[in-house]
Amino acid sequence: MSRLNEENLRIARQILSRYPKKKSALIPLLHLSQEQNGMVTNEAMEHIAELVEVTPAEVLGTCSFYEMFKRHPVGEYQINICHGISCHLLGAEDVLEHAEKSLGVKEGEITQDGKFSFEGVECIAACTEAPCLQVNYRYVNRVSSDEFDQLVTDLKNGQNTQIPKHGTLAKTRQNIQSEKLAGPAEVESASPPVWLQRNKEDQ
Amino acid sequence: MTEIQQDSDLISVTIDGQEVKVKSGEVLIDACEEAGVDIPRFCYHKRMSQVGMCRMCIVEVDTGRGPSLQPSCMMDVSEGMVIDTQSEEIKKIQDGVLEFLLINHPLDCPVCDKGGECPLQDQTMAYGPGETRFVEEKRHFEKPIPINDNVYLDRERCILCDRCTRFADEVVGDPLIQFIDRGNSTQVNTFPEDPFASYFSGNIVQLCPVGALTAKPYRFKARPWDLEEIESTYPNPLGDRIVVQSSRDQVLRLQGLDSEAVNWGWLSDKDRFSFEAFQSEYRLDNPLVRGGGLNKADKSGTGLVASSWAGAMSIITESLNGADPDRVAVIGGARLTNESQYAWAKLAKGIIGTDHVSADLGDDLQPHVLLGLPRATISEACQPNNTIVLLTPDLKEEYGTLFIRLRDAAKNLGVKIIELSPMRTALSADAAVSLHPLPGEIGNVVQAITTGDIPREIGGISGEDLSLAHSHLKDTNVFVIVSRSSMGQSEEPIIEALTSLQEVDNCRFLPLVRRANTMGALDMGMAPGLLPGRNTLSSGSSVFSDIWPNLPTESGANTKQILQKAADGDIDTLFLLGADPLTDFPDKALAKAALERTNTIISVDLFVTPSVYESDVVLPAASFLEADGSHTNVEGRITPIRQKITPPGTARPDWMIAAEISHRLGHDLGVDTPEDIWEELGSRSAVHGDLDYRKLDHLPDGHLITATGRIPFIPAEERIETRPVDSYAMRLILGRRMFDQGTVTQMSPSLTQLAEKSELRINQYDFERLGIIEGAQVEVSSGGASISISVKVDNRVRRSSALIYSNLEGADPRELLIEGAHSIDIRIDPTVKESA
Repeated sequence: MSRLNEENLRIARQILSRYPKKKSALIPLLHLSQEQNGMVTNEAMEHIAELVEVTPAEVLGTCSFYEMFKRHPVGEYQINICHGISCHLLGAEDVLEHAEKSLGVKEGEITQDGKFSFEGVECIAACTEAPCLQVNYRYVNRVSSDEFDQLVTDLKNGQNTQIPKHGTLAKTRQNIQSEKLAGPAEVESASPPVWLQRNKEDQ
Repeated sequence: MTEIQQDSDLISVTIDGQEVKVKSGEVLIDACEEAGVDIPRFCYHKRMSQVGMCRMCIVEVDTGRGPSLQPSCMMDVSEGMVIDTQSEEIKKIQDGVLEFLLINHPLDCPVCDKGGECPLQDQTMAYGPGETRFVEEKRHFEKPIPINDNVYLDRERCILCDRCTRFADEVVGDPLIQFIDRGNSTQVNTFPEDPFASYFSGNIVQLCPVGALTAKPYRFKARPWDLEEIESTYPNPLGDRIVVQSSRDQVLRLQGLDSEAVNWGWLSDKDRFSFEAFQSEYRLDNPLVRGGGLNKADKSGTGLVASSWAGAMSIITESLNGADPDRVAVIGGARLTNESQYAWAKLAKGIIGTDHVSADLGDDLQPHVLLGLPRATISEACQPNNTIVLLTPDLKEEYGTLFIRLRDAAKNLGVKIIELSPMRTALSADAAVSLHPLPGEIGNVVQAITTGDIPREIGGISGEDLSLAHSHLKDTNVFVIVSRSSMGQSEEPIIEALTSLQEVDNCRFLPLVRRANTMGALDMGMAPGLLPGRNTLSSGSSVFSDIWPNLPTESGANTKQILQKAADGDIDTLFLLGADPLTDFPDKALAKAALERTNTIISVDLFVTPSVYESDVVLPAASFLEADGSHTNVEGRITPIRQKITPPGTARPDWMIAAEISHRLGHDLGVDTPEDIWEELGSRSAVHGDLDYRKLDHLPDGHLITATGRIPFIPAEERIETRPVDSYAMRLILGRRMFDQGTVTQMSPSLTQLAEKSELRINQYDFERLGIIEGAQVEVSSGGASISISVKVDNRVRRSSALIYSNLEGADPRELLIEGAHSIDIRIDPTVKESA
């Protein structure tokens, strides 16, 4: 059930065709599966392993390295509250405490309606805007307790349309305008990457 | 992993104040070791790539820009380098690295199997802090978890050195264990529900520098300081070097011994864990005779009952005294040591006077192929830019450590592999060209490749692929590794292929054998027409006639002919030396008829195999763990086999049994120890003469027999015409699995559950074309015979061919073989239901 569905499998094949080595498509395919299920399931990892011709253990090794790939269910809106040094000094702990109270769940849990989950994260590189947080990796700066509640209410009522649901990060990547693409548009016309020669992998 | 030696020049470096000459391009840590300076390390292993994970090997290096701290495993030596491994700074770093490594390492050494042989323990004692300053909670994991049937993982003890994961990925290509998660949570693990199903999993236990990986057969059995050990050889065709470790007369563990020439320290799980079999309760420990045993005579007179050596021997002497030598035969002997083989050859040919002696069981290449072609060693073949032609089955299944060596050669040395196997194998991905000719067509395919006379298509291979393979034979040294890749293909097409390959300039060969010491058996004269030292009966009889008084004059029968004679009632006494024709001989019906007709069958074996069960006298023999001797591997390399424990019950070394029988026949075999045998052999055999037997233990790579040309290769004369497969038939491949129905796997509790049931494996395309349901029973027929077997999709098998592993439990595909056919076409009837 949580393998890639037919539509995503078509996209997966398209992604695979962009790389000279199938293995290179591993991370884009993990994004694709997270887009489908809101998390990366074991079945999806097995499916990706088949597609890129590596073992499931190798997929898990890569997937588990990156925090943004979730291997457990998260809410539709995953809130990452920064508790790096700047945010910490400017009240990140208060925000975390407030989030726990206001959402009624502990860090890492999902609200009953399945909409929200939150966790404290290391510095998200927005120290000038402390205390800050991300909702599905979209920044919300200088949050107070009230602003946090307002944010949650807006998301719940569908009044905030800026932030897509969790896992839809990959959507933007699928719609890059051709003039904005980096490198040659056609794989065939590209010269082979330097590392391929250096590692003698194409021999 | 081997470094390609670009420049063998010596350069001078200064290590701890001493100027030394080292090889240019060498890794610093190795250079120090060769200079006698020990550098502590956890992650570095010379057979794998360097990763610099543990930082334990840091030294001070000055290349003219002032001293800097460098991990010595990540740096190559260069001219004028000044290295300090003892400075105060280095001591502080070693102390610090160990303190960090010990932060999360549990101090459960008293209950840890590794305690006493643990690099982390040893190095902490030598270089580390006496006490920890860490008062926080260590990280916790469930301990230990099984990562496969035989290996347990304790993640708390793991120091993340990357040795096991590198081994799995780089050395054997089974990347089923990985680093999972990141930072402080990093752990080694498998994918959930996907075990580390590797044929080489035992090696990671030996590699682990802490007690994180332990092997089930050894867990909690002994402490390292209670173990005694001896260097020996595992009697498999490659002669993998091992260390046998025992305590209180019980072998507890086999470890790989790093031999540059052969196994590089690796072992397959089948060999590593098989020591259990040789100590199982099913080992034969007393002679058995049919009917009238010692105390508990079988009243019906039909069963095998325990007897004494005297009792058994008297039956044997009775059957041999005054017997016509032409009615006595010996089958088997590949299990024996060189010395035992010599003793048995002498007994059979020199004392009894029969030449019907054959170590082969009808499934190996013939002696003239094994001895007649210009031979190469593994290391000679695995040199940069060579081309290796593989006429073999899946080496991973049958010749584990050779698979590892070839994989390394292809990946790291630029060796081009032209694989001509009946199906896709574990080496296919690394081969320059991987072709899968239809069974029976290999001769035609190889001829096209060697001559460059490329047809549009032959044997199921396109002209394009043939041209590509042909191009790799030019301007290079060509080595051919060959074996009977499938019982579904007769030997003639292979000989035809070898005849073509012989024409290639400087082409050399490494023929593989199925059973342990088959090469030794041939060198000791255990084949019809042969005498020890690659002498023939005609050329060598003058050499041996004074000490082998009753030498026959005419060449005798091979195994097939012996069985045929026996089935015709022309054999009265048949010796089976560790041979089980009922299980192994391709023509099961013939083997059965032969054993039924023969008056007296005398088995010398370790276990009651189906053929032993049909014998009249059974003599228990000592295994390789229980007797001294030597072994000859497929390269012709002689290495020592050393006794570590005493044989069970009254079991004896095979040579002693031969000497006893000879004595009772009124002849002194003239040997009291294995050394006696070697002295006698050395004085007569020019091939073996230059080996100093007493020094064998001190030769790291053993002694290589180099004589060739004494037994000439007989080239194929006729060309076998290509035979197309009709669209309803499929060409049969009979493969072999590592874990099988054989006694060694079945008698080792740790291995038996790894053996599968036999299945018919076909390509997805054929599967759909025939409309079969996966797992369904089908009827497979060829000629008049048919078997019922379940079907599985296996895309390693090419279209129009079908694979059955012949050594597994279940349907016996030998039924499908047709006498005299070069290849077998089978038909599959998918309509047969489970109940049929």
